[in-house]
Amino acid sequence: MPVVGVLALQGDFEAHAGALQRAGARAVEVRKAEELEGIDGLVIPGGESTSMLKLMDYYNLFEPLREFGLKKPVFGTCAGAILMAAEVLNPSQRSLDLLDLTVERNAYGRQLDSRVTELTGHALGGGPALEAVFIRAPIIRRVGDGGQVLASYQGDPVLVDFGQHLVATFHPELSADLRIHQRFLEKLGN
Amino acid sequence: MSNMYLDEGFRVKVGLAEMLKGGVIMDVTDAKQAEIAEKAGACAVMALERVPADIRKEGGVARMAAISKIREIMASTSIPVMAKVRIGHFAEARVLEALEVDYIDESEVLTPADEEHHIWKRDFKVPFVCGCRNLGEALRRIAEGAAMIRTKGEAGSGNIVEAVRHMRTIVKEMKQITVLGQEELVAESKRLQAPLELVEYVHKHGKLPVPNFSAGGIATPADAALARLLGAEAVFVGSGIFKSSDPEKRAKAIVKANTHYNDPKGVLEASEELGDAMPGLDVRQMDESQLLQTRGW
Repeated sequence: MPVVGVLALQGDFEAHAGALQRAGARAVEVRKAEELEGIDGLVIPGGESTSMLKLMDYYNLFEPLREFGLKKPVFGTCAGAILMAAEVLNPSQRSLDLLDLTVERNAYGRQLDSRVTELTGHALGGGPALEAVFIRAPIIRRVGDGGQVLASYQGDPVLVDFGQHLVATFHPELSADLRIHQRFLEKLGN
Repeated sequence: MSNMYLDEGFRVKVGLAEMLKGGVIMDVTDAKQAEIAEKAGACAVMALERVPADIRKEGGVARMAAISKIREIMASTSIPVMAKVRIGHFAEARVLEALEVDYIDESEVLTPADEEHHIWKRDFKVPFVCGCRNLGEALRRIAEGAAMIRTKGEAGSGNIVEAVRHMRTIVKEMKQITVLGQEELVAESKRLQAPLELVEYVHKHGKLPVPNFSAGGIATPADAALARLLGAEAVFVGSGIFKSSDPEKRAKAIVKANTHYNDPKGVLEASEELGDAMPGLDVRQMDESQLLQTRGW
């Protein structure tokens, strides 16, 4: 059974751990650099990206996370996508720079603009529409080389596969559908 | 469960509470404090006019903060901004919804506007957090539409004892419900003065249908760790930060201890070189009329 770390500095890491377990993996919480050893992949959950960045700095996790991402698969949702992108807007902030992606924070607006919607026409092997829960979500403004857009909403990419890595601007961990977590698990060990 | 708890609007409200889990929500009174909070790693800020310790000291009627203050705080930070309204004051809540704050706290820290009714929160699109001292109170607030619960503690006291009492109470009451038989739940619902369907939810899952945070009296990194170890999924810190001798250091220390709450060495490291905590109050020596936690039901 693959072992997937879930970055547990802040955010909805428990929801991800539950989804990973239902999808057939073992999930472990990661708060320190040494906890990155022995895991096959990592999930960076939803939450506040500024809060997670601070906690990475407090515990010297920034470089170890970046090094991990250069070698093994990482799946980021919402704040996780912001932290993995090469470029962050609104405001500009540091990131792990794992993906050639430009992401704008809180791009739909405030909480009143959060929403649940159905994504049809996705490229996730056919099947029914994907439910997408957007919470103070970012918008992907640019997808660089190597990114395959799997789903879009209002013309903007919301689920992008980079081969080794996967990012979503919404929260598949808050829906019952496991297809996106399963897609990530398929990347492990390749 | 009726449809309300599964409907998209409610799931979006609970969704933001899910994102705040494992974090620290800090009371701030201006843009400068909001920047300190964000820089320390707060996951959200609570905009208010005076921190609870000052409300306690100065007395008078405590109301929703001035709109200019809340706007200033919203403009100064990229993290979610919450603001407080008086219990039952749905017109204040409508104003905050129009202002587009991210969460409303219907709070006992402000002077109640209605001693009989809380706000009917289901009519709002903006999510609400409400305080509680026990399970019945939590379930009544959820029935009204609260998408996040926080135990009340005793705000502005710098004393963790009431926060501990309330968290222990609600966790114990939830555990007890899980071992009851189905036929006992109606009587339990009557005892708790809470809707049966919510009692059934707790019976089945052993937890609330919304996130459960802790507030009221957290003043040190170890206080935050204690709240988390007792079952809180995140913490609110009010006077504890900006009434201490070095707010920047203390804010950072509480954020660190809150993430590593289950690692004694992590809490130890967070507790070093802190300066003085806010002065505390012995709740047992306080007059009943000075207690904030008894506001609301």
